[in-house]
Amino acid sequence: MRALRFARTPTGAIGLGILALILLVALAGPLFAPHSPTKSIGIPGTGPSADAVLGTDFLGRDVFSRLLWGGRSVLGLAGLATVIAYLAGGIVGLVAGYARNVLDGLLMRFVDVLLAFPPLLVLLVVIAGAGTSLPVLVVSVALVQFPGIARLVRSLTLEASGRGYVEAAVIRGESTAAILRREIIPSIAGPLSADLGLRMTFSILLIAGANFLSLGLQPPAADWALMIAENRDFLELNPWAVAVPAALIAALTIGLSFTGDAIARMLGRSDVKGLR
Amino acid sequence: MMSAVKRTGTTAFLVRRGLAGVVTLLVASVLIFAATEILPGDIASAVLGRNATPEALAEVRAQLGLDASLPSRYLDWLGGFVTGDLGDSAAGLAAGADSAPIWEQISEPIRNTLILAGITIALLVPLSIVLGVLAATRVGRTVDHAVSTLTLVAISLPEFVIGSLLVLVFFVQLDVLPPVALVRPGENPLAQPRELVLPALTLLATSLAWTTRLVRAAMVEALASEHVEQARLNGFSERRVVWRYGLRNALAPTVQVFAQAVQYLVGGVILTEVIFSYNGLGKELVDAVVVRDVRAVQSMAMLIAVAYIVINILADLLVVLLVPRLRTAAS
Repeated sequence: MRALRFARTPTGAIGLGILALILLVALAGPLFAPHSPTKSIGIPGTGPSADAVLGTDFLGRDVFSRLLWGGRSVLGLAGLATVIAYLAGGIVGLVAGYARNVLDGLLMRFVDVLLAFPPLLVLLVVIAGAGTSLPVLVVSVALVQFPGIARLVRSLTLEASGRGYVEAAVIRGESTAAILRREIIPSIAGPLSADLGLRMTFSILLIAGANFLSLGLQPPAADWALMIAENRDFLELNPWAVAVPAALIAALTIGLSFTGDAIARMLGRSDVKGLR
Repeated sequence: MMSAVKRTGTTAFLVRRGLAGVVTLLVASVLIFAATEILPGDIASAVLGRNATPEALAEVRAQLGLDASLPSRYLDWLGGFVTGDLGDSAAGLAAGADSAPIWEQISEPIRNTLILAGITIALLVPLSIVLGVLAATRVGRTVDHAVSTLTLVAISLPEFVIGSLLVLVFFVQLDVLPPVALVRPGENPLAQPRELVLPALTLLATSLAWTTRLVRAAMVEALASEHVEQARLNGFSERRVVWRYGLRNALAPTVQVFAQAVQYLVGGVILTEVIFSYNGLGKELVDAVVVRDVRAVQSMAMLIAVAYIVINILADLLVVLLVPRLRTAAS
C-alpha cells in the first residue's frame, strides 16, 4: 500500500475526496435525474422551484437533470483521449529511448516540432480541416498530448535502460520485447502515474474548452461546458444554469490537480511544470 | 578582445536558433496546410454550406485557386504568406465579394489582442515575482502554503469557468463591470478601460498562478545556493540577500518562465476573447474555424506560430545575455 501513501497528505486526501464525489455525480447521476435532460419542462430561464430545484435553462429544460447527465461526456472523452495519447506516446517514447539511434533523433525532432505549438491552436487547425465531430475532437486532443508523453517516456526509458538489472537482462540474451515488458515498463510506471493526473486535467481543460467553443459536442447534448456556453447569454434570468456547471468542472479539475500534485510530491518530482 | 568573443557567441547563437526556427516553421506550414486541406471535402463546399449551387461552387473554387494541385496550392499560399499576402477569406468570397483580403480583416483584431495581452503581461511580471519571492522566502510557513494551494486551484480552472464566475460576481451580483468587451471596428479598446478589466483578470488568474509557482521554485533553489549563503555570511541585510543575490540567480529560469507564460497567453487569449466577445485575433480564429474558412485559419494559425517561435527565441536570447555563464554553454 506504499503507492497510496499520497492519500494521507492533506492535499491528496482533499483531492481524492473531491474527485470521488464528482465521479459519483457524473457516473451515477443519470439514475437520479427527475426529468429528461433534453425535454422542455416549463418556461425558459426561471429560477429554482419545487419541480426544478435549480430552475430551467434557456430552452426550459431542467438544469438539475442536465447537470446529472452532463458529466459523462467530458470524463469519457477526456479519458479516451488520454488513453490514446499514452498508447501512442508510450510506444514512440519506448522505441526512441531504448533504440538510442537515428530513430531516436528523428522521433524526437518530430516531437519538438509538435511541442512548438499552442495546444489550442493545434486543436483548432485540426477541427477546421476535419469538421466538428467527436472522433475528431478525441484524436486532436490525443495529438496535442502525445508529444509531451513521448518525451517523458523516452527520458524515463533512457534512464531505466542504464540500470544494472536491465543490462543483466540484455546479457542474459532476452528479447527486446521481453526486456521492455518485464524490466522497463514496470520501472517507469511509478513516475508516469504522477504525470497521469496532470495529463487528465489538461485533457479535460481542452475537451471542455472545445465544447465551450461549440467545436466539440453539439446541442442538445447535456454537457457541463456546453451548458455554460449556451446559458451565458441568459445569466440574469437563471444564474444557477451557469454557476453550478462551472463549479462542477472546477471541482473536477481541482480534485485531479490536487491528487496529481500529492502523487508528484510523494515521488519527489517537481510538480506542475508540464501542465499546459 | 572579451567583447569580440561575447559578440560572436551571441551572434552564433542567434543564427543557429533562427535557422532552427525557420525549419520548424516550414514543417509547421506543411502540417497546417496538410491538416486543413488533405482531408476529403473541399474548402468551397465547406464555406458555402447550403448555398452551394454548382455555379457558386465553381466560382469560389476558381477564386481560391482550388483547381490547382495540392503542392502548387501550398507553394502559392506559403509564397503569399512570406511576402505579406495572406490571401482571401473563403467565407468572404462565398458571401459574394470579389476580394476579401484576410489581412484587412485581422489587422485591427491583432492590435486589440496585443493590447489585452500587453496589459496582462504588465501586471503578470511584477505580481508573480513578488508572490513567488514571498512564498520562497517563507518555505513551509502559512504564506507559502496559502500561495501554493491558491495557485494550484487557479491553475486547474479553465479560462471559461473563471471568466463566467467573474461575470456572475461583478456583473450579475455587484453590477459594477460589463459582462462583454465589445470593441467596434475603428474603435480603440483603451477608450473603454472598464470593459478590459474582466478579460484581463481572467487571463491573469490562470497565468499568474502558473508563473508564481515557477518563480517560487526557481527562487527556492537560488536561495539554497552557496552564492546566497556567502552573501548572508558577509552580513548583508536579508532584503538585499533576497532581492539582489537570490533573485539575480533565479533570473535565468524566471525569464524562461515568462516566455512560457507569453506562449501560454497565446492559447488563453483565444478562449478569453470568445468569453467576452472581444474583437481580437483569437475570436477571429474561432469564428473562422466555426464557418470552416480554411484559408483564413491557415494564415492566422501560421501568424500565431511565427509569433510563438519568435517569442521563444527572444526569451532564450535574453537569458543568454543576462547569464554570462550560459553564453559558452550555448555555443
